[in-house]
Amino acid sequence: MPMSALTGTRLRERRLALGLRQADVARETGVSASYLNLIEHNRRRVTPDLLEALAGVLGMPLAALREGAGGSLLQDLRAAVAAAGEGSGAELDRVEEFAGRFPGWAAALIALERRAAGLERAVEALNDRMTHDPHLSASLHEMLSAVSSVRSTAEILAEPGEIAPEWRERFQRNLFADSERLAAGSEALVAYLDGSEQAGVQGIAAPQEELEAWLAERGWHLPELEPGGAGPEAVLGEVAGLVSGGARVLARDWVARAVEEAAALPLAVLEAEVAQAAPAGPDPLRIAQAAGLSVVAVMRRLALRPGAAAGLVVCDGSGTMVFRKPAEGFAVPRFGAACPLWPIFAALGRPGSPVLADLVTVGRGARRFRALAWCDLRHPEGLGGVELREAAMLVWPVEGAVTGGMAVQVGTSCRVCARAGCPARREPSIMGELE
Amino acid sequence: MASHVLLIEDEPNIAEAIRFILSRDGWQVSTMADGIGAAEAVREARHDLVILDLMLPGCSGLEVLEAIRADPVTEAVPVLMLTAKGQGRDREAAERAGVSRFMTKPFSNAEILASVRELVAR
Repeated sequence: MPMSALTGTRLRERRLALGLRQADVARETGVSASYLNLIEHNRRRVTPDLLEALAGVLGMPLAALREGAGGSLLQDLRAAVAAAGEGSGAELDRVEEFAGRFPGWAAALIALERRAAGLERAVEALNDRMTHDPHLSASLHEMLSAVSSVRSTAEILAEPGEIAPEWRERFQRNLFADSERLAAGSEALVAYLDGSEQAGVQGIAAPQEELEAWLAERGWHLPELEPGGAGPEAVLGEVAGLVSGGARVLARDWVARAVEEAAALPLAVLEAEVAQAAPAGPDPLRIAQAAGLSVVAVMRRLALRPGAAAGLVVCDGSGTMVFRKPAEGFAVPRFGAACPLWPIFAALGRPGSPVLADLVTVGRGARRFRALAWCDLRHPEGLGGVELREAAMLVWPVEGAVTGGMAVQVGTSCRVCARAGCPARREPSIMGELE
Repeated sequence: MASHVLLIEDEPNIAEAIRFILSRDGWQVSTMADGIGAAEAVREARHDLVILDLMLPGCSGLEVLEAIRADPVTEAVPVLMLTAKGQGRDREAAERAGVSRFMTKPFSNAEILASVRELVAR
């Protein structure tokens, strides 16, 4: 009969659970109490006959005493030792004895190994982000250049001997300019690494992020651009105040398009549509047809009207997100690709067909959302030219039960999503999968 | 006749400091702020050494290096490449392309001067 050193532990646990004295069990099975004590502490292997007798006295099925329940524990311990490397010096030939005699220590060792593995994954993920975040990389390079310049210039000024006055003045000016650049760069970097919302304002955010930060600050709605409003000139001053040139270009394009879309679908008309809408919400397809706008444009108008709770994500044909307005509880990734289960990607492959789905976010504070996704096709170069796709997804919270009904479990992106066994996972999560 | 160094660096203050250090040491220094046309400039002027920043606008330092090495007229010109830490892959590519030496930012003036002297064997 296959047995393991853990058999003794299980015998002891069972006897104590029944409130039996060791001496009584020993007498009934025909062994001495001291011998049973050695067996219970996994210091003696128990014979098959004695095991059967003990199982009878303790009212346990024999199978429960065989190796099995402790098998995974031993496997985990062996894995922990393997992770520690060949030089760990662990006595692998005594692993059963260790697990049996010190089950608490064994469990702690396994937990520590799992924790270490999780932290390693997190470090890898952060390293990946540091390596591939182009804005962080560019900012660090900028600072390093400033430091190089400061060092070389300061060395020249600190050297003994005379430097022509005009050179000295020039180097002092350079030093001052570089120190200013360095101070601004380090502040922006700290703000960025702290996740401060001010990071965008200080010039380290991507142009798209800077545009979104500006719109978020304005409550995602620019009343100046509505028919009868103060006009685009009223916001161009704010646009000019954006830090990066890229953000200013994006913002000017945004303003020009918003003016056109507001003229075709004024806010008053839109609000009337929303007020009259069925419980399921306004119908962007019908509104688009009536207003002569694209469906994506109507979705943009709906998500960005004053006080709208809906979130909006827009992506191009490559799946790259070109606009993000998060809904409360529905996060969108700052870098990299989003959850492949978002309906927007299904819509991208089916232009002109609406994709409606209920979504439940994974993890703590899970919430239910309804999503409508749509993809428009454009041919800006006419027949024979390129075909462009633009997909949008409106996401709005659904009141009531989170679970139940047909709903897709979605995350933000694979790296920070803990959904276990996700069929769409493309990379391991740093969060540890949910059991 | 002074040896002629071409310095290709887009950071004007770094370029100014290096130019000052080398000029004071007796080198003739020409500067360029980007890599476009740099290889052709080396071919025409027959510089004794090129100091090349890895990250340049328009045309990367790596592309400039490859162009210099691909031309029989300039293939033997020593190239000192300025890099930042964390550019491991680019450094490997530069090594494959035949860079003569790397200098990691931030560098000291003495280091760059010593490297220039060694590479031109003065």
